[in-house]
Amino acid sequence: MIGAAPAPAGPRAARIPALAWGLGALALCAVVLSPVVALVLAAGEGLGDAASGALWPHLLAHVLPRALRDTGLLLAGTGALVIVLGAGSAWLVAAYAFPGRRLLEAALLLPMAVPTYIVAFAYLDLMHPIGPVQTTLRDLLGYARPRDLALPDIRSLPGCILLLGFVLYPYVYLPTRALFLMQAANLIEASRMLGRSPSATFLRVALPMARPAIALGASLALMEALNDIGAAEFLGVRTLTVQVYATWINRSDLAGAAQIALVMLMAVAALVALERWARAGRGFAGTAQRPRGLARRRLAGPRGWIALALGLVPVAIGFLIPASYLAHSAARRVMRHGLPETILSEIGHTLLYAGAATGIAAALGFLVAAGPRLVARRFGLALIRVASLGYALPGAILAIGLLGPLALADSALSAGMTQVFGAAPALIGLGTGGALVTAYLLRFLAVSIGTCEAGLGRLPRSLPDAGRMLGHGPGATLRRVQLPLAWPAVLSGALLVFVDCVKELPTTLLLRPLNVETLATHLYGEAARGTYEDGSVAALLIVAVGLVPVVILLRLGTLQEPRDQRLTGPRPSP
Amino acid sequence: MIPSETRPDLPPPRLDLRGIGLRFGAVRALDDISLQVRAGEILALLGDSGCGKSTLLRAIAGLEQPETGTIRLDGIVVSEGRRGLPPEKRGVGLMFQDYALFPHLNVDENVRFGLHAKSGAEARAIAAARLAQVGLSDRAKQYPGTLSGGESQRVALARALAPGPRILLLDEPFSNLDRRTRDRVRDETLAVLRANGATTLLVTHDPEEALGFADRIALMRRGRIVQIGTGRDLYRQPETRFAARFFGDMIEIAGTCRAGGVATPFGRMPAPGRPEGARLTLCLRPEAIRLDPPDARLRDVARLRGVVTARRFLGAHALLTLAVEGFAEVLRLPVPDHDPRQPGDAVGLTLDREGFFIFEDEMD
Repeated sequence: MIGAAPAPAGPRAARIPALAWGLGALALCAVVLSPVVALVLAAGEGLGDAASGALWPHLLAHVLPRALRDTGLLLAGTGALVIVLGAGSAWLVAAYAFPGRRLLEAALLLPMAVPTYIVAFAYLDLMHPIGPVQTTLRDLLGYARPRDLALPDIRSLPGCILLLGFVLYPYVYLPTRALFLMQAANLIEASRMLGRSPSATFLRVALPMARPAIALGASLALMEALNDIGAAEFLGVRTLTVQVYATWINRSDLAGAAQIALVMLMAVAALVALERWARAGRGFAGTAQRPRGLARRRLAGPRGWIALALGLVPVAIGFLIPASYLAHSAARRVMRHGLPETILSEIGHTLLYAGAATGIAAALGFLVAAGPRLVARRFGLALIRVASLGYALPGAILAIGLLGPLALADSALSAGMTQVFGAAPALIGLGTGGALVTAYLLRFLAVSIGTCEAGLGRLPRSLPDAGRMLGHGPGATLRRVQLPLAWPAVLSGALLVFVDCVKELPTTLLLRPLNVETLATHLYGEAARGTYEDGSVAALLIVAVGLVPVVILLRLGTLQEPRDQRLTGPRPSP
Repeated sequence: MIPSETRPDLPPPRLDLRGIGLRFGAVRALDDISLQVRAGEILALLGDSGCGKSTLLRAIAGLEQPETGTIRLDGIVVSEGRRGLPPEKRGVGLMFQDYALFPHLNVDENVRFGLHAKSGAEARAIAAARLAQVGLSDRAKQYPGTLSGGESQRVALARALAPGPRILLLDEPFSNLDRRTRDRVRDETLAVLRANGATTLLVTHDPEEALGFADRIALMRRGRIVQIGTGRDLYRQPETRFAARFFGDMIEIAGTCRAGGVATPFGRMPAPGRPEGARLTLCLRPEAIRLDPPDARLRDVARLRGVVTARRFLGAHALLTLAVEGFAEVLRLPVPDHDPRQPGDAVGLTLDREGFFIFEDEMD
């Protein structure tokens, strides 16, 4: 028998961790929402203030119409392209058998490793009038001068759409393919048994069934497109994102930037709504029985080779060509001049800021994900959804929105330290990279929360219950039972966050401490100067890091069940 | 049993539930449940899935908080109304249906998991003793993934008993075992529980398991306890048609009460105390019907005559389907397989006067 009987007090012992979690999560949600609130306030101030109030008509008349049109066209074109490429390639590898299919299935993910600004960077040099492609063409055709052979300029809206589409389509490919393989297999086979041809089956059964998966992937791809600042700027497309950035950097006009950002937030809200709808429509995902492979239709002889060649087109444009070009020009740079002398310090900065954000995101992500097991489930899930919202905010908007709250926090901190120590440095957060780490954290916390949620969700309910029954409180149970068992999920989530931080450009550009360069900002600088070769080493390194999650997806067998939050995401709260 | 308040000279019951209630939306998962378990007693909560038996178990464990009622352990309140002690403060052991062994800890570490309040040496000694008791001393360093189902069950039992809980709760503890190991594991478990004098509450949907395992059975339906008593009580004196049906197939004959009796194909049966004109159901277990010996001359003994219409082989038994005079539907009776009767044979049937129950239709 156990010893002295506990006094029959209320359930206080269980309430303390719950209370701590609830308050912590509420505070986190407040931080997540603070950039949006700050933007609304800044935009409103701008309207009231006479000096910049005068700017709003200017923005309305000259900047916004063009930016809105370009952004709208860019999103529409990119959306259409990622759907065609993503759903088409998913169907190709799911429904047909041909030589090299398994390899293609994996290779179709490769463009995920290439950030949008890097693909633009690579093609800008490749397709330059005196770059390798056009020079070779002219030599082949016998033209002497660039102006004799007028190719369509890559520096245009259509060029930008093409490039974004070819690196972002894996967001559609991954969930759509999983759906074809798991949920739709029975229905697709039923359609075949009823005598429908494969193409009719694709159009009348598979595609309508895959609508939620396609919408989910497209919404995530478009969030990336909206986040992009490098590709659009390199290619001369004046999107809203570029305008927000330019208004802040060139004119130091926070109110104007905030006003444009608010317009962008509407696009963000529409994408989040699309994503929510798509996830809600995935209610049947959990009820599917043990997934069973779809019987593939064999394509023999030349038809098989044509299928493989067709499938390799997006891989080549989105990954093979830009990556091998970067490798080639990085090698040439290193052979001629050695490694760029600044590259080590840039790698150091990249590792420092990405690493700090990753560590915090992993710990915070696990704690947040464990919440619904401590507090009322509905309340916990709602807080998680809010805490995860940062992934939808484009980096530029997040950064500019954070400036105000961070400055407030800095001055509060500074005042506090002056009280205690008599003196204090100014701009503790903004000056040291604390601001950058905060922004990374808000933007990518969703990735960590999502993988931790999935990891915890796979544990049978009885395991934490057993911990409680054996005399451990909720905190001890979390530490001794759930954490060790969910550890692989925590780690893979951390790795994904790290890679995202390394690749992130707009947030880094805006919030890095003075005179600090990371790989991404260095690359941006070289591109802005037109010295592409000097940037290629950094670009190659970023692509190499970007390959890590692709390898993880393949290794974990996650081709069947993607664990990246942005691709599977949380189940919609009931 | 006698409530403890009225007998201050007796120790309070080990577990005392008063008026426990819990709703899930519109469903009354637990509806005014009162129940006492004496120290050392094994009580089975028996019912179909969804009857609330597992919810009741979780409420006692502290994993689910009732909305009304009081739970006392050894006279100490652990839950009252909507407030209760968290599970880790109750000193209650629970063995989960899926055993819930921690996959990242070996067998020994699993058993020691609940002994964190003890010193290291003491915990090791207790764990070793528990593992020896369930015959798994040689498995101490293995991980749960390498154990068979029966071994996992025994580790779970040792782990739940190790901290010395006031009461051990078993949630369908044998349902994950295949039929052949189940009987053996059940006997071993019972032996361990008796050897420890462990007060036990067992949740099961299997009436045979409840009858063979428990000192008393609480039969549950729709969140209520419909009858509580020894297995023999419930089997021999079911108070409702539901209780009667739960322990096996029943042959049911509908009738109306006339002058304290009811007319059936077996003749008039007494129905004392039933109101005139009440609609009654006469329920009898198949074993209450005796078939006349095959060679008996029908006229000598038979009260009813019937014909075998089908015979199905079931191993040690055969199932006869009989068309019997006065019955609209066929009767199914098990007989030993060596019984020679074949389809087409005439049979005579007698009713054991003790083996039937009469229920008013309004009763459930």
